[in-house]
Amino acid sequence: MKFKTRDLSTAQRVLKIRKLKVGLTGRPDAQPVLNEIDLDIRAGETHCLVGESGSGKSVTSLATMGLLPKDALEVQGGLIDLEGFEITNATAAQMRDLRAQRVAMIFQEPMTALNPVLRVGEQIEEVLNMHTDLSKSEAKARTIDIMEQVHLPDVQRVYSAFPHQLSGGQRQRIMIAMALVLDPDLLIADEPTTALDVTTQLQILKLIEEMQERHGTAVLFITHDMGVVAEIADTVSVMQKGEIVESAPIRELLTNPQKDYTRKLLKAVPNLAPRPARAVSEKDAVLNVDRLEMTYGGGGWFRKSEGVRAARDVTFDIAPGRTLGIVGESGSGKSTVARCIMRLIDPTGGEVTVAATEISRLSRRNLQSHRKHLQIVFQDPYRSLNPRWTVARSLCEGPINFGTPKSEAMERAAELMELVDLPKDALDRYPHQFSGGQRQRIAIARAVAMKPDLLVADEAVSALDVSVQAQVLDLLDDVQDRFGIAMLFITHDLRVAAQICDDVLVMQKGQVVEQGPAAAVLANPRHDYTRSLIEAAPGRHWDFANFRALERAPAVEGPIA
Amino acid sequence: MTEMPSSRRSAFQVLTGVFSLPAGARLGAGPTIAALVLALIVLASICAPLYVPYDPLAMDAMSRLRPPSDEFLLGTDPYGRDIFSRVMTGGRVSLLIGIGAAIVSVAVGLVIGLLAGFFRAADGIIMRIMDSLMAIPAILLAIALVALNGPSLSSVIIAITIPEVPRVVRLVRSVVLSAREEPYVEAAIALGSSMPKILIQHLMPNTLAPLIVQGTYICASAILIEAILSFLGAGVSTEIPTWGNIMAEGRSYFQIKPGLIFWPGLLLSLCILCINLLGDTARDLLDPRMKKREG
Repeated sequence: MKFKTRDLSTAQRVLKIRKLKVGLTGRPDAQPVLNEIDLDIRAGETHCLVGESGSGKSVTSLATMGLLPKDALEVQGGLIDLEGFEITNATAAQMRDLRAQRVAMIFQEPMTALNPVLRVGEQIEEVLNMHTDLSKSEAKARTIDIMEQVHLPDVQRVYSAFPHQLSGGQRQRIMIAMALVLDPDLLIADEPTTALDVTTQLQILKLIEEMQERHGTAVLFITHDMGVVAEIADTVSVMQKGEIVESAPIRELLTNPQKDYTRKLLKAVPNLAPRPARAVSEKDAVLNVDRLEMTYGGGGWFRKSEGVRAARDVTFDIAPGRTLGIVGESGSGKSTVARCIMRLIDPTGGEVTVAATEISRLSRRNLQSHRKHLQIVFQDPYRSLNPRWTVARSLCEGPINFGTPKSEAMERAAELMELVDLPKDALDRYPHQFSGGQRQRIAIARAVAMKPDLLVADEAVSALDVSVQAQVLDLLDDVQDRFGIAMLFITHDLRVAAQICDDVLVMQKGQVVEQGPAAAVLANPRHDYTRSLIEAAPGRHWDFANFRALERAPAVEGPIA
Repeated sequence: MTEMPSSRRSAFQVLTGVFSLPAGARLGAGPTIAALVLALIVLASICAPLYVPYDPLAMDAMSRLRPPSDEFLLGTDPYGRDIFSRVMTGGRVSLLIGIGAAIVSVAVGLVIGLLAGFFRAADGIIMRIMDSLMAIPAILLAIALVALNGPSLSSVIIAITIPEVPRVVRLVRSVVLSAREEPYVEAAIALGSSMPKILIQHLMPNTLAPLIVQGTYICASAILIEAILSFLGAGVSTEIPTWGNIMAEGRSYFQIKPGLIFWPGLLLSLCILCINLLGDTARDLLDPRMKKREG
């Protein structure tokens, strides 16, 4: 793997943060949110700030922009020096001048960062109007120029487009154009690619790098993804609980981390080397999906409309104790397939056979008794548990629906809490008293309480921090070993799929483009789309957990399905 | 439906959660005064028969249109009835109509709204009926309904409730529409919970907070509409004094006896002001977004 090894020690220092302390407004004695952090970024350097959620990455960036929410957070000490200008005690007017001209920011979600009712070209021009005396035609010329620089296609058309008419990647390009139009010295990027598909992410990362080289901008890049860090960073700071644990050049940090926390963080990062597949099961498949088809819309009273074919001709089966992963980018139809199998939506064609019963056309009433065979774990642990219910009540809901007496269900719930490694007294608490990872454990316990034959995990670890992600993946593995459950694992992240799946099915635009054993698909992708997905996976050449470059994935065994 | 003890406890906690103030929140002076004034008016109205000096219906030809005095605290009306006794007694019916209409319309609207929000098939039909009800001005509809059923307490409450129901239905439906997309509701479907169970146990609690707020507004507007109906002669029978019909009767004597309109009008305005203020406070306390902005 090639890391950046540029020597920047002679370059001019753009940002200098010393002993910066940020705490709750009006409560200097409370635990600070940022505790005396130091940070240096030089011109042309990309400095990555990594850490898990709540570690203070975003607060650092907001403090640098002078955008701390005043009634909640305040700077309680230290200094932020932007090329000789002290930000911590700047006035609002000074900060307004500073932003865009010398420091700019791009955000995670470009759809909400852009004004939905203004044309994107006008939004870029507004920055020029605010900060320069350019005439109308000059401003437009400059806007068109920067839009060409960020490689937007058909610039004249995009100039007068509204944000919703552009793709996520194009919107992020607009944000980058807006941030760089006044040629700032420092660009702060707060998780700018987290909401994007991997292939788009790769393009945006390349674009930021290109713009950085062209303008000599210093970049403070905030991310939770070690893969992204490995691709773009010159230097890295690892944050934990408001402190910078370790700060080092990228190669040093990845090959020889000094601090335990950094090691722990790196050990949790999944890589693309597939897990050893489990023995092929002799038993009959638990789930058979045959030519499944789902078309949204269509019909209509007077005129037949086309409808969106979100899934077509999807065929696969899963044997007990094995895991099939469905991977694909957003809009590929992977979640549609999961929801059809769960019968949360009704498929428009094909057959779904679970535990020897065809369920795709059962009426709601007849379906009820088959629900216990299949359970689902959702992506967002904050929304998948009823916030008004105790954990015990959530865990007992399913079994009681199927006639288990309450006392027995409670006993089982207590056992399950042990299984998912949560204290028994957690049963009487409410979801908001738990962290995201703990809630996901509860959601898994709730699904397992039904003793299902098939567990569908719909992006079940995507919203979690890497270390928590690794734990939840272990838990899923454990549950599967213990109960011999078949699992359908839906994910957009090939690295996660490599960690848990025996077989992989790649979807694009509602169709299956490739399917087979995980080792075969990941090592020898046969379809161009699979290949581009693998190539876009950030940090794919590095084995983070072992602090070394990744050897090639094991050789393919057996014929490819 | 099989209920378990823990679910009852948590339903109780839901309710206490809705009613108790969040930790650290303090009522400002405005809402506190409003609550006190309202409590005073309600108490005074309920206990009216215990302390009013005269029968509010007893006419006395000898003491017509007397000015305020020790004998008649606020004077008498053209039929010689004591205004103080009438106004205080009139509050009972006005408040009863306000609270009754609020409870009935919230209850009816909740049921219809839950059904409309959860069942796609029912949604179209129910909402078109609600839309057409909303298209008719509330007062016109109420007058028509009272004219059909004859003037009585229950028919006035019904007449006020029917125009209010569509608003409650829309509110409940919108809450249910967004809540039913929540993964925890889909998880409940996957766990095999029946539709009534999902509706009552998962979806209904979400609607409680906005409904309480809406209820206070309906209460205030019902008292007002009753007054308007009485004023127009379409309210409860003139046998029963209400703030509305006291004012309606006083209309023609306004120049020589302004107290006939002033006193019931004052209590009516105070009540509505207090209820609206409390409604706003409830909305701010129950809506976390509003709270943050105040923060």
